[in-house]
Amino acid sequence: MSEILLEARDLARHYRLPRTSLFHPSPVVRAVDGVSFELLRGRSFGIVGESGCGKSTLARLVMALEPPSAGSVRLLGCDLTRLPAGELRRLRSQFQMVFQDPFGSLDPRHTIGRAVGEPLSLLGDADGAARAERVAEALAAVGLSPADRAKYPHEFSGGQRQRIAIARALITRPALIVADEPVSALDVSVRAQVLNLMQDLQDRNGLTYLFISHDLAVVEYVCDEVAVMYLGRIVERGPTQAVFRRPAHPYSRALLDAVPRPEPGRRRRRRQLAGQVGSATERPAGCAFAPRCPLAEPRCRTQAPALRPLDEGRFAACHFAEAMLAG
Amino acid sequence: MSLLEVNALRVRLRGPDGPVEAVRGVSFSLDRGQTMGLVGESGCGKSMTALALLGLLPEGGLLHGSVRFEGRELTQLSDRELCRLRGNRIAMVFQEPMTALNPLHSIGRQIAEPLCLHRGLSSEAARGVAGELLHRVGMPDARARLDAYPHQLSGGQRQRALIAMALACEPDLLIADEPTTALDVTIQAQILELIVDLVHERGMALILISHDLGVIAETVERVAVMYAGRIVEMGPVATVFGRLAHPYSRGLFAAIPRIGGGRSGGGRGRLAAIPGRVPDLAALPTGCAFADRCGHAQPVCRLAEPPPLAVGPEHWAACGRLDAVLASDG
Ligand SMILES: Nc1ncnc2c1ncn2[C@@H]1O[C@H](COP(=O)(O)OP(=O)(O)O)[C@@H](O)[C@H]1O
Ligand SMILES: Nc1ncnc2c1ncn2[C@@H]1O[C@H](COP(=O)(O)OP(=O)(O)O)[C@@H](O)[C@H]1O
Ligand SMILES: [Mg+2]
Ligand SMILES: [Mg+2]
Repeated sequence: MSEILLEARDLARHYRLPRTSLFHPSPVVRAVDGVSFELLRGRSFGIVGESGCGKSTLARLVMALEPPSAGSVRLLGCDLTRLPAGELRRLRSQFQMVFQDPFGSLDPRHTIGRAVGEPLSLLGDADGAARAERVAEALAAVGLSPADRAKYPHEFSGGQRQRIAIARALITRPALIVADEPVSALDVSVRAQVLNLMQDLQDRNGLTYLFISHDLAVVEYVCDEVAVMYLGRIVERGPTQAVFRRPAHPYSRALLDAVPRPEPGRRRRRRQLAGQVGSATERPAGCAFAPRCPLAEPRCRTQAPALRPLDEGRFAACHFAEAMLAG
Repeated sequence: MSLLEVNALRVRLRGPDGPVEAVRGVSFSLDRGQTMGLVGESGCGKSMTALALLGLLPEGGLLHGSVRFEGRELTQLSDRELCRLRGNRIAMVFQEPMTALNPLHSIGRQIAEPLCLHRGLSSEAARGVAGELLHRVGMPDARARLDAYPHQLSGGQRQRALIAMALACEPDLLIADEPTTALDVTIQAQILELIVDLVHERGMALILISHDLGVIAETVERVAVMYAGRIVEMGPVATVFGRLAHPYSRGLFAAIPRIGGGRSGGGRGRLAAIPGRVPDLAALPTGCAFADRCGHAQPVCRLAEPPPLAVGPEHWAACGRLDAVLASDG
């Protein structure tokens, strides 16, 4: 069993929205609502779910970019949510982030060398010469040439820009990279190149990934473990193969069923999930998925199922999880 | 005579560094009730092909070749005649419904407008039909939503509204350009199902554009794979996905991870990425545009653009090394 690198406990993040009526309290979005998981060193942990389920908010909490409403994030034994600012800044070298949009995350006026070296400058680490060396090393690690450091973002394709973003995350030699939809904006052939690169870097440097994606096939390919989120909560979690082969939660199954697959002779017409995600402001008393769930019974609308352990290191929050696994 | 016959369609656009050959000799035909998919990576010319069919090229764009709709040559029509055709006989649904919808008007008004314009309905009658259409496209609370503005709807609901708008005048041809790319998979499944049902119900023809091989495989009958402005492989989906012939189609297919595929090679496998990158359309090499990235390429591939060669019934690929590629399957 590998070492636990990061532990998130009962994380919650609630946003208060502007009041819509004088006579009602202002609504609260429960973007993340009691989420716990562990990241093992050298492994990849995936988070999937429809847009708005809280994936990016969770990433920001793990990155200590905003404070949680409740809960804790412990990295290497330190609670990031309680660390004094100075110590948090120093610890930041250990966890870095890669975003979806390789265009938006690079300043068009700065050279690639400056962009990639920026995290080191922020840390106040490394002087000029040492920094230049680290930049060259990071660029080489993602397959770019040292000459690229003098170029500007517009001179690179989308896939190359994502490599630059990864180089920037790598430069502090972090233990953890939080990647929020890192390949979603890339074309198929380029996406494969970037995924291979991420895998090579993990093999070489023992990196840990928290990998967020709405693309289940990519997550299956990258991640050892996966958590399926629905309206701010984890509804199922476990080894990716187990969850994707035999989902224990009806929502996981619905998500998997909805993915179109390029197989000869496969036609549509299958179980379809009706409706759309409910609102994170009005969480019903019972299971949040009940209004869309094909298995829902009256008790699902009154008793919220807890996330509980099943077989194979898997957890699911459904009254019918055993029946799902048996059927 | 087919509903739509496209012959040697070429589109040249003004790029920042000179002319860009966005579409380079695309031919196909489509009948009522038939569905066809255009698939390929971004920049390969899918949207320009669709826009050219509608006479909607960007400023300075030049079109060559022929587009016949019910035998009428569309490239010769005046803007006025084209305008009458669009939204009436040929309708289009785009990826980003927010840009296609007017934020200042209720969706009911936007669906009703073409009904008044093209079919001469009174505004009251048009509103009734709009309500029915919204109901048909699965909008929850359809009639109440007639007065909703686009920003009050979710992404999936906006796409439903846009489809309702496209259907308003009962077009013969529906062109859907990445209609579900911005949506979640569960909503995507609902929208694709809806489009397919409507196409069958009304006997329309459908051109579905997508970068997603899975979407194409599950939604249409025939597929055309595009690369650098050309169709490089075409045929019935089951046949094509059963036996991919062009090295680019094969490369695309091999580069996608698959659910149930696991990590190839017991945990630490690699995806088969296509080496290199898409060529610059402003400076294309002679010969096959894929040659520089192709494992099968020989000097002959760089001499001339390869013609389409038969792979099987109704299935062809434009590859000068087709025999060798197919033989490499063993
Ligand atoms: N700063 C914020 N203020 C108010 N609501 C927010 C804020 N950030 C996110 N949300 C809401 O929280 C929910 C989760 O959003 P997000 O974490 O971005 O989801 P995902 O990344 O899974 O699409 C959504 O309902 C979103 O509208
Ligand atoms: N307005 C424009 N002016 C010049 N070139 C354009 C314009 N729009 C698109 N292009 C170019 O035309 C080619 C085809 O684009 P497009 O049809 O939009 O591709 P796809 O829809 O397959 O992603 C691309 O290489 C693109 O850069
Ligand atoms: Mg997000
Ligand atoms: Mg396009």
